[in-house]
Amino acid sequence: MKDDAAQRHILPLNLYLAVGSALLVLTVITVAVAQMDFGPMNLLIAMGIAVVKATLVAMFFMHLKYDNRIYMLVFVGSLLFLAVFIIFTMFDTLRRGDIYEEIAEPYLKEAVIYRTAETTTASSHPAADSSQTAIKTETETETSEQ
Amino acid sequence: MSQTTEHPAHLQHHFSDVHQQAESAKLGMWIFLLTEVLLFGGLFCFYAIYRSWNPEMFHNAHAFLNVWMGATNTVVLIVSSLTMALAIRSMQLGKRKLTMWFLAGTVFLACVFMVIKYFEYSHKIHLGQLPGKWYFFEGIAGTNPHIFFSAYFLMTGLHGFHVLGGIAVITWLFIKTARGSFSPEYYTPIEMTGLYWHLVDLIWIFLFPLFYLIG
Repeated sequence: MKDDAAQRHILPLNLYLAVGSALLVLTVITVAVAQMDFGPMNLLIAMGIAVVKATLVAMFFMHLKYDNRIYMLVFVGSLLFLAVFIIFTMFDTLRRGDIYEEIAEPYLKEAVIYRTAETTTASSHPAADSSQTAIKTETETETSEQ
Repeated sequence: MSQTTEHPAHLQHHFSDVHQQAESAKLGMWIFLLTEVLLFGGLFCFYAIYRSWNPEMFHNAHAFLNVWMGATNTVVLIVSSLTMALAIRSMQLGKRKLTMWFLAGTVFLACVFMVIKYFEYSHKIHLGQLPGKWYFFEGIAGTNPHIFFSAYFLMTGLHGFHVLGGIAVITWLFIKTARGSFSPEYYTPIEMTGLYWHLVDLIWIFLFPLFYLIG
């Protein structure tokens, strides 16, 4: 039975409260940092903080730090597959522009591309009206943006 | 001799002891969580592709999300994760009443999350930002802003369904706890639901900066 009790890992209350507080502080930090502009670092900083928060949740709330390592293996394994999935897809989609023009042309002829008038800006809140301003744009201008 | 027949009611006869049973349940749960990561992973990949293609449109469109509602929901979900962890701890210590309070608190916070989500969704649907044929909002500069809202509604929507599922399961746990089904020797369902609930929290931890805090 003593082995059973040791496996149960009753963590001290203060540890849970400390981890919870750390998560809340990191939430405040990530919102505050987002109000400043660090250029391309913005995404990295936001994701870095999210990874720290996720690690805290997984290690302490989900007990990965204390449990059998096989659960860690399963979880980290899922993240590795996710990384392969996203990174290898990005190799394709980020380098696709060169051949896109040729291949996409027949589809873009059929596509309806929604574009806003050049004068409207994101900061204004025009009343939503259902009149469609869907413009079929020229194939060349669309493909160059992809 | 009669060893095999004398075992606690919560121990299934095909496990050698309670510990082995709990570890097996936990391994199964983690494998389920692995499939959940990959389920959301497809949508995260979708997000990564379209954000890398349309960085400015994503930046312009994200201004229509309410950062304060999103941040409030983040806090609500983190606190609910904490109450869930404390519910498990209370049952480990054999405090049944306290477990029920923490489970009730978790359900309450999950409901608060869904109510805030309801206000956010209804506002966007009112503006005409629901993607597909319902999209008629015109205030966002950039190509195909409806793609941002496709990602937003799909990812937060799938996450929202997980929160609803969590509410149902934790309510069931509350009833079971009230009936005295759990003890410091057997609380596996609470622990497994806790793992699920923390994963739901964990996914929101990534959704929040990716949608509400685009720099």
